[in-house]
Amino acid sequence: MILSDITNFDQIFRENLKTIGRRDTEIVSEYRADALNHLLRLGLPTSSNERWRNTDISKALQTDYSIFFEDFQDQLKPEDYFTCEVAGLDTWLITLLNGWYTFKNSPLRILPSGTIIGSLSRAMVECPELVENHLGKAADNSENAFTAMNSAFATDGFFIYVPDGVEVTKTIQMVNVVSHTDPIFVQTRNLVILGKNSKLRLAHCDDSHNHNPGFTNSVTEIIMAENSNLDHYKLQNINDHSTLINNTYIHQEAGSKCTTNALSLHGGFIRNEIFVKLNGRESSVDVYGLYLMDKKQAVDNYVFIDHAAADCTSTEMFKGILDDYAHAVFNGHILVRKDSQRTIAYQSNRNILLTDKAQINSKPFLEIYADDVKCSHGATVGQLDTNAMFYLRSRGISEDNARLLLMYAFAAEIINKISIESLRDRLDDMVKKRLRGELSICDQCVLHCKTPDKPIEFEIDLSKV
Amino acid sequence: MGSDSNNLLNEITQSDYKYGFVTDIETEYAPLGLSEDTVRYISAKKNEPEFMLEYRLKAYRRWLEMPAPEWAHLKIPPIDFQSIYFYAAPKKKKELSSLDEVDPELLATFEKLGISLDEQKRLSGVAVDAVIDSVSVKTTFSETLAKHGIIFCSFSDALQNHPDLVKQYMGSVVPYADNYFSALNSAVFSDGSFAFIPKGVRCPIELSTYFRINAANTGQFERTLIIAEEGAYVSYMEGCTAPMRDENQLHAAVVEIIALKDAEVKYSTVQNWYPGNKKGEGGIYNFVTKRGICKGAGSKISWTQVETGSAITWKYPSCILLGDNSVGEFYSVAVTNNHQQADTGSKMIHLGNNTKSTIISKGISAGFSNNSYRGLVKISKRAENSRNFSQCDSLLLGDKCGAHTFPYIETANKSSIVEHEATTSKISDDQLFYCQQRGIDMESAIGLIVNGYAKEVLNKLPMEFAVEAQKLLSISLEGSVG
Amino acid sequence: MLLQIKNLHASIQGKEILKGVNLEVNRGEVHAIMGPNGTGKSTLASVIAGRDIYEVTAGEVVFNSLNLLDMPVEQRAREGIFLGFQYPVEIPGVSISNFLRTALNDIRKYKGLEPMPATEFLAKMEEKKKLVEIHSKLTNRSVNEGFSGGEKKKNEIFQMAMLEPILSILDETDSGLDIDALRIVAGGVNSLRSEKNATIVITHYQRLLEYIVPDFVHVLYEGRIIKSGGKELALELEEKGYDWLKNGG
Repeated sequence: MILSDITNFDQIFRENLKTIGRRDTEIVSEYRADALNHLLRLGLPTSSNERWRNTDISKALQTDYSIFFEDFQDQLKPEDYFTCEVAGLDTWLITLLNGWYTFKNSPLRILPSGTIIGSLSRAMVECPELVENHLGKAADNSENAFTAMNSAFATDGFFIYVPDGVEVTKTIQMVNVVSHTDPIFVQTRNLVILGKNSKLRLAHCDDSHNHNPGFTNSVTEIIMAENSNLDHYKLQNINDHSTLINNTYIHQEAGSKCTTNALSLHGGFIRNEIFVKLNGRESSVDVYGLYLMDKKQAVDNYVFIDHAAADCTSTEMFKGILDDYAHAVFNGHILVRKDSQRTIAYQSNRNILLTDKAQINSKPFLEIYADDVKCSHGATVGQLDTNAMFYLRSRGISEDNARLLLMYAFAAEIINKISIESLRDRLDDMVKKRLRGELSICDQCVLHCKTPDKPIEFEIDLSKV
Repeated sequence: MGSDSNNLLNEITQSDYKYGFVTDIETEYAPLGLSEDTVRYISAKKNEPEFMLEYRLKAYRRWLEMPAPEWAHLKIPPIDFQSIYFYAAPKKKKELSSLDEVDPELLATFEKLGISLDEQKRLSGVAVDAVIDSVSVKTTFSETLAKHGIIFCSFSDALQNHPDLVKQYMGSVVPYADNYFSALNSAVFSDGSFAFIPKGVRCPIELSTYFRINAANTGQFERTLIIAEEGAYVSYMEGCTAPMRDENQLHAAVVEIIALKDAEVKYSTVQNWYPGNKKGEGGIYNFVTKRGICKGAGSKISWTQVETGSAITWKYPSCILLGDNSVGEFYSVAVTNNHQQADTGSKMIHLGNNTKSTIISKGISAGFSNNSYRGLVKISKRAENSRNFSQCDSLLLGDKCGAHTFPYIETANKSSIVEHEATTSKISDDQLFYCQQRGIDMESAIGLIVNGYAKEVLNKLPMEFAVEAQKLLSISLEGSVG
Repeated sequence: MLLQIKNLHASIQGKEILKGVNLEVNRGEVHAIMGPNGTGKSTLASVIAGRDIYEVTAGEVVFNSLNLLDMPVEQRAREGIFLGFQYPVEIPGVSISNFLRTALNDIRKYKGLEPMPATEFLAKMEEKKKLVEIHSKLTNRSVNEGFSGGEKKKNEIFQMAMLEPILSILDETDSGLDIDALRIVAGGVNSLRSEKNATIVITHYQRLLEYIVPDFVHVLYEGRIIKSGGKELALELEEKGYDWLKNGG
């Protein structure tokens, strides 16, 4: 199917409705139909749409993709198609292959604590109330065509429920792998529910397994009850021909605390949209991102933070290093509503261009309707600090090494925010490789190297630079 | 600015908008509404060369095809172009050749606005082009300036006397099809100012234009063209006011600046169109396209604006930095109170090597108003070693107004550096308490703090304007506390 | 009597800080209020000046036969109350001279006087600058912006000299000062002392009182003045600390 023709969606929906919605409850079924109407009304975004001003999605929409509404795969072991490139990452691994949950023998596991982990389509059957009460609570179909498309068509994805007061000690790693002989269009829908005072650490990985073009349109809803705590990572590592649209909606109630970190390492085209609604007092969110792109790769981060309650704090920090012909877009939008007094919001986007062919479009945007606020933002594009360069060179470091060190220090600010040690070490290693230009060389393996590189030895304390 | 000027704040006890009077003069109008006939009427009225009429008609036809822009953070009610007079001029008894022949009623109007058209009476060296509704009534000091080879006259006179210069430069920076309002202006513009500073000449006095809307149901569409040849320098100021009326009036101007090699143009605006009443009724819609091109190496264009008036302001004075080592600057203070809306900022387009730009924007919102900064900094691939620094601060007075920042940064050159910083805050209770503890009342304290906040920009204004601007800032915010 | 505080209770966000303060100050006197951190010294200063974050729940403050608690902040200032701030706030873009001229003329207007002519104002500034050894460029700088600790405190005393208050309350004026700055600040205060005005010095070190010698010393503890005495009380406190007072009261 060609995605660019919006009428195709209407037809396909009607033809496959029985398959798509075979597990739907009545409420979910209505939700789908409503989402389809939104999709048809909105149409697909073009560059005349402000949010897509600097990113041209049309080419990715021209490919003829296969689309499946029924699981067409045999049971596979995750290790058959996925190797985690983070050595020693001790996680509770759950996987999707081309959008379908792979653990067919146990599609939904309920732990002794009451925590539920598994497939969303299974959860619709086994715990319909949980799904109905939360699905669509955070995502908005009325303004975002890809979200509406996902709401109308997605049939499976991850489901995680953490009951009140439960702390999940082991990191849950959700991996979506796209691997098919033909170009495939995959839509996954993930739902994560955190009860009051609960705690969760989540790593969300998108990988490709071969070099065929794939298009993933994924929506993740994260609903956080009062005083819950989430540590969330997105690792994106897809091939040069693939497209990934990853829309994450986070709804936070009072006192909740969320850290989310989008790490885009490799990909043909990656679009991350992160929507955070701070809906209860004294909730806080930290949104970090790092993108290291080269060749003709493109990454587009859109972050919307809605301060809908008083006394909330948000911090946004995105950094990027762009090589070759890479193109990055950053759109930040902070909305402080009328009664959201004593808001503190900080937004920053910093970029380094390594070539004159690389390009960055940055738009940090503040929209403020409350007066007792402290909001600031900054954006820079530029070179490395010449004073720091001089300092390093005066200590006898070659210009190339000095540049490398400073770029590393630039990226390290985001990497240091990662609380999972093995993940942090791996990222650290990848960044060094990227900076030395080695990532492009081992392109064929799409980063699936198993042995981490030896660390670069620094003789000086980078924190002082 | 000296310490004295701020004291003016305390002298101000007048009503909110002191320029709201109407002058009773006989006015002749074009037929109501807009059509090709209106365009032809204006061109004929001004006895224009053929090329001008053709240009107007091309622009008009293009405008008909263009949709009104909706991207700004503004709520613009639909404008009924058929209920506007596109040309209104005080009736002349005969051709003017000296001040004695200007209608005394008009002279009195400008006196009342604090603009003397009598060269003898003017203390400071400022040449004025006074524009009322659609025509220029008098340009002072033209003869003095002519001695230096400087042309400073109304746009209509320039078309009659220097058609080649107009033809060469008009539309070269803002093409008629640039946007909806520039197309409209190109079709129906009536008058404005023209300044030409020849090679190597430093203009000895400030040039200024004072725009006044007087007639009801009338739009003002002025056109300003400033050309600074190699090594020339000029400082140009623009002021504007309008009577208080219940209906909205349209003002859609185009300003073009051309700076050749090593030339410098400083353009200052104190915009004080009628902002509407406290309920948001009436006021001017101010949709203005201002753009300069630093065409030659080492040239510089500097925009300074103090925006306090208008119901809606839509305005982005911009610089195209084409010449190597050229410099663009934008300094802005925008105040909105009651139901005013402003969407203003700047575009800096870096094309040449070693080009530099600075943007300093200070927004102040009060009442129910919305105040947005919107700016674009674009560094093209070949603009080596270019730099931009932008700082956009917003100050909120009260909890029913909004302050927004939309910076667009587009960079495609690795050797360039772009920095953008912005903050949004309110006047702190600690600052207010400190002032009040020294015996200063709340309103003066706010005036004082706001003026301090805007000082970085006010300092860029010519002396003649700075004092005026300070007063305006305080008046605009009167009644915003409580 | 210049200032009479009777049974003053004040609280912030429902928490009572002042729990019945009584104090009497006459013209020509210097009073020192001492006490450990967090006992309400700065609160007392702020309440007298009229800071609205504090709620006065009981008691009265009479200044020059006027009920002070009924007045807004600026009116108290115009009646002659000056607060030297512990942490003077920065006001970017507003020069000291501009600021003071606005203040001075607002006060004159309140008293029915014409604004002070510019030349007279400038002369007065020059004269008072010498008092606190302020170099001439400081007054062109924005109020407190980028000032060192010493410059901020000198600026407070300079303003006091310019505005000529009847009652000055100096809140921790010695904090953050080196010995030279302390000497200058104290010297400024002393030279402004007269039979017509009075000063309340708030400090928790005896050090300042070696330079500004008080007529009376009061100890504020847990929202009440628990002991009053002459200047020798300060020395006693320096020697023994506050603990000996806490128990006996």
